[in-house]
Amino acid sequence: MKKTSLYLKFLLIVLLTAAAVYIVIPGGSRISLKPLKINYEKQFDLKLGLDLQGGSHLVYQADMADIVSDARGDAMTAARDVIERRVNAFGVSEPLVQVSGSDRLIVELPGIKDINEAIKLIGQTPFLEFRIENPNPPTLTPDENGNISLSADNAFIPTGLSGKQLKRATLEFDPNTGIPQVLLQFDAEGTKLFADITAANINKRIAIFLDGEILSAPTVSSSISNGQAVISGQFTLQEARDLVTRLNSGALPVPIKLIQQQTIGATLGLQSVQKSVAAGLIGFVIVALFMLVYYRLAGLLAVLALAIYAFLALAMFKLFGITLTLAGIAGFILSVGMAVDANILIFERMKEELRKGKTLDRAVEDGFSRAWLSVRDSNFSSLITTFILGYFGSSIIRGFAITLALGILVSMFTAITVTRTFLRLLVGHNLLVHHWLYGVSSMAEEKQHA
Amino acid sequence: MLNLMKYYKAWFLVSALISVVAIAALLVYGLKPGIDFRGGTLTQVGFANTPPDSAQVGETLRAAGFEGVQVQVLGERSMVIRTSPQENEEHLRLIQVLSEKYEGMIEEQFTSIGPVIGRELKGQAAVQLILVSLGIIFYIAYAFRKVTRPVSSWRFGVAAIVALVHDLLIVIGVFAILGHYRGVEVDSLFVTALLTVLGFSVHDTIVVFDRIRENLRIRAGANLFEIINNSINQTLIRSLNTSLTVVFVLAALFLFGGESIHYFVLALLIGIVAGTYSSIFIASPILYVWHTWEVSRRK
Repeated sequence: MKKTSLYLKFLLIVLLTAAAVYIVIPGGSRISLKPLKINYEKQFDLKLGLDLQGGSHLVYQADMADIVSDARGDAMTAARDVIERRVNAFGVSEPLVQVSGSDRLIVELPGIKDINEAIKLIGQTPFLEFRIENPNPPTLTPDENGNISLSADNAFIPTGLSGKQLKRATLEFDPNTGIPQVLLQFDAEGTKLFADITAANINKRIAIFLDGEILSAPTVSSSISNGQAVISGQFTLQEARDLVTRLNSGALPVPIKLIQQQTIGATLGLQSVQKSVAAGLIGFVIVALFMLVYYRLAGLLAVLALAIYAFLALAMFKLFGITLTLAGIAGFILSVGMAVDANILIFERMKEELRKGKTLDRAVEDGFSRAWLSVRDSNFSSLITTFILGYFGSSIIRGFAITLALGILVSMFTAITVTRTFLRLLVGHNLLVHHWLYGVSSMAEEKQHA
Repeated sequence: MLNLMKYYKAWFLVSALISVVAIAALLVYGLKPGIDFRGGTLTQVGFANTPPDSAQVGETLRAAGFEGVQVQVLGERSMVIRTSPQENEEHLRLIQVLSEKYEGMIEEQFTSIGPVIGRELKGQAAVQLILVSLGIIFYIAYAFRKVTRPVSSWRFGVAAIVALVHDLLIVIGVFAILGHYRGVEVDSLFVTALLTVLGFSVHDTIVVFDRIRENLRIRAGANLFEIINNSINQTLIRSLNTSLTVVFVLAALFLFGGESIHYFVLALLIGIVAGTYSSIFIASPILYVWHTWEVSRRK
């Protein structure tokens, strides 16, 4: 009976490992239950942080001075929506815009090429305005050089019709010339206002201003009551398209200021990934060699458990969608070094029990049960640290804390359950009971320690 | 069996000297706060060919009106430029000034942290440090709540904390010296390293203390000096081995890992080596010294 449950456990470990390996290998990360007639299909990919795949992390501070405190939450949500629309226009994959705290916005743009263009587009507050001719134009006096200048600002006065009353903007082409132009559709209030303005200004010009600059100033031929206006400057197709995007994404409800930025080039990110993978493999090999040389057969089992650990941890990163950052990978690699610690504590205790003259199977059982307290205590102190770091840390630090914490928890399972199952299986075979195999050199040494 | 306890005065002396140097370095040089904590920008640029002289790059930028400029060479083809906090337009100008002067230069990385964020991160780091320390102290108190005489449980706790302070002092001291001579800055990652060292080195101490506790129970009434010496010997190999495996992976990361976590890994490495040393040579002898002092005082 005991033997059966042992083989069952072994089988479970093998299955678990196979599942983990399947998830970890690049081609196998799609899990589909369709063949079982269950409608579930999901692609699991290793999520790389911005510092590894390249991209930008921006933090904006909203200026809430002019917003009553009740409306601040709504203002932030609205600002997020506006920025989200602007960001979507860049065509980066999986951009992220989220509100952080009460007055911050975090924008993440993986793989963005021209971050400065993006920053310009995110931060701007497009302000569309319709103005009419100033009935009392300012008197024009030549300056000291004898030039007369008339700024558009003075020549036209605001009407109260602005981008606020805009329902949507669309791109179209002049049917006669084929030149791109922007069609504006006002909402109900805007339609009425526009009708009034055009009726009162027949044969006069109406100027369309964007961000304080004049775009075009057509002359009104008749009152327009359908709420449509056309801006037909000398646009290129791209300019017209940008303008439509900007107008449709709307104005930001609150002024925002860029207070933190981190941009990492894709090349640097790739280098970091390659270096981390190399460092991780080298670290793994050194630890494995050390365990083999020092603990021999038991060491080999620990190395097997460590390999299983690495696959389980990586599979969990994929399944839980944990974003791997450079510090996170460091946490994972550190956890590889810590994962065998439990094995070392157990094996040393086992050796002690063997030297006391206990039989191998007794020594294995006592080694595990007596070392458990040390293993639990030692991992617990590291877990305290990782939980506090994960809870209070910034995103980089959280990445480190999460991978380290997950690593510690998974390694407790592999170092204890997996190694114990393997050892119990081996101990059942008489061939492998020689103490040398477990790092106790000779009978002489055993006597000496006794 | 090694008579490690015999030389405890020498171990104390070594640690006292190192601690004095570390404190002196901290007081005289201080730690150099990174842009995380004080706000500012960090631009990493790469050059296709041999990079120009870093002092010359610094001069160029200062002449162009940038404030707080510091230039450091990074690896073979890269350079890190730090400035005081600046708006994005200023950063664009910086890149323009440089790329006009140095052909084939590309921007590899840029970080800008406003002064407000810097203050916040500093506060955050302080909160973490306090919470982790409290967590560890409570944990030690809990772990040693049932220790038999002659050593009361809170002395185990105090000895463990002295060893931890010693470990942190060494890491901080090294970074104060590195900051002065190599311009190494301390950032949030450095604080993370300190906290990780706290968590890790307390566990080494606990392994030794666990054994002392066990031996005190089994051999009640035996000589404390011998009990401690035996306990250290019995746990020496596992203390060394558990630390060694961690040192192996950290050394691999330090030598072959990415540049941006170089000093983070170094801080971890120093802290873990110090932690192993202190759990064997500092924490346990303190128990003995304290006990003999107590006994002689009572006489």
